[in-house]
Amino acid sequence: MALKLPIYMDYHATTPCDPRVFEAMAPYFTEMFGNAASRNHQFGWQAEEAIENARKQVADLIGATSKEIVFTSGATESDNLAIKGVADMYYEKGDHIITVVTEHKAVLDTCKKLEKRGFKVTYLPVGSDGLISPDDVKAAITDKTILVSVMHANNEIGVLQPIGEIGRVCKERGVLFHTDATQAVGKLPFDVNGLNVDLVSISAHKMYGPKGIGALYVRRKNPRVMLVPMIDGGGHERGMRSGTLNVTGIVGLGKAAEIARADMESDSSRVFSLRERLRKGIMDEIPDVYINGHAEQRLAGNLNVSFAYVEGESLLMGISDIAVSSGSACTSASLEPSYVLKALGVGEELAHSSIRFGLGRFNTEEEVDYTIGRVNEAVNRLRELSPLWEMVQEGVDLSKVQWAGE
Amino acid sequence: MAYSDKVIDHYNNPRNVGNLDKKDPNVGTGLVGAPECGDVMKLQIKINPETNVIEDAKFKTFGCGSAIASSSLATEWVKGRTVEEALTIKNVEIVKELNLPPVKIHCSVLAEDAIKAAVRDYQAKQGTTEEKPGEVAAQA
Repeated sequence: MALKLPIYMDYHATTPCDPRVFEAMAPYFTEMFGNAASRNHQFGWQAEEAIENARKQVADLIGATSKEIVFTSGATESDNLAIKGVADMYYEKGDHIITVVTEHKAVLDTCKKLEKRGFKVTYLPVGSDGLISPDDVKAAITDKTILVSVMHANNEIGVLQPIGEIGRVCKERGVLFHTDATQAVGKLPFDVNGLNVDLVSISAHKMYGPKGIGALYVRRKNPRVMLVPMIDGGGHERGMRSGTLNVTGIVGLGKAAEIARADMESDSSRVFSLRERLRKGIMDEIPDVYINGHAEQRLAGNLNVSFAYVEGESLLMGISDIAVSSGSACTSASLEPSYVLKALGVGEELAHSSIRFGLGRFNTEEEVDYTIGRVNEAVNRLRELSPLWEMVQEGVDLSKVQWAGE
Repeated sequence: MAYSDKVIDHYNNPRNVGNLDKKDPNVGTGLVGAPECGDVMKLQIKINPETNVIEDAKFKTFGCGSAIASSSLATEWVKGRTVEEALTIKNVEIVKELNLPPVKIHCSVLAEDAIKAAVRDYQAKQGTTEEKPGEVAAQA
């Protein structure tokens, strides 16, 4: 098969819709367009049936029951609903929430908002491998703790937090446990009971479904979790999320969940071998490349590496026919390098030099090999252009240089 | 973010990459920025002491495409100018020439600083100012 450019290797940002998902959705745009809340005609019934089918597909993927699935507009909304919903429901019981410094902004900014309202939030630090210790969670829990929120897989460095152990700690202490599993669900086995999680955020477009649709798992038994809704209206989704259901999106999420469940083993082993091919290809050929985050305990498709003495955005420009992302400040509007890498204690200069490769279902070996060649070429060229590389070759210790500053 | 054609051109074909002999009394070296900030520029100029004209210029830059383009352009602009003329180059002219967006203005500021630092180093070597030769450049 001929190589088609540009190559997409940014599967943590979003994934293409699987053609099987798109096909399942299509009739719900034009023919079966009913409102699932229309109780008295064929169109409504068809839509409702499709919704309930999708609800079952999503529940089956995570070992839940259909009634525990609340459809939302995506994982950001799910995170907001889980955290604010619990805070508003249980504030009389306590005002303390525990989360982690490397969480997605959807969790961090939600927690910050709650802090302004008087809640107290503990932000647990991570080790240099990006992981937290369940003992730290245990130690941080107080009588006032109402929620622990820890992501499953990190969106930048792909590391997998010890969710099962944290779940056990929370269960022992009777504290609700939310996990933003956006990057993990559909890619690795996930069972809400085995992991003792009470709330789980899910997104369709990270697992080959459409954008604008997601779900929140809300435990109904042992314990029964109650949430104060953020959106009021017609009382859809058992009152937890009003608004006419996005039938096409939900059908797509359901189909994506069904495919993910059926193909999980073959998909993940294929993606893992592509990732390893990429990792070896890059690290064997290029000196001074560092992996960010735990080397093994990470998503199969994630490779986050820093190419010392080369700035990330300039490297992206050098491999412009390959879509990847960088933790460099220059790729963000804020001019700050990745807060996740900073939290790991990665030096700022290496944070500026980081590239995130996100491999997925539709990548091929040819694409990986092409990428290795292009990255190698671009890194060599940029190092020839780099005063830092030159200084290091001359034996200068960069940490001892007194930089003139800006 | 989309880059202007001129930034892409300088990135793909950077002008005057390389080194001049930093020990040469007629060469001034400026090293500005810091790795933690994501930008380091080294700009060198070679001056004819008779005419005070910059006869050659070289650069190396660690930084984004706009930083590389700004320093590449700076080497083009200083060549053939007198030291005094080179000091009149303002970052806003670089911004204009390369169509840099607001978030990249600091790249042009750094390029202007690099020119000034190189001139200062040259002047210090020549003994035409009070300053001692640039310590940073000496370590580079």
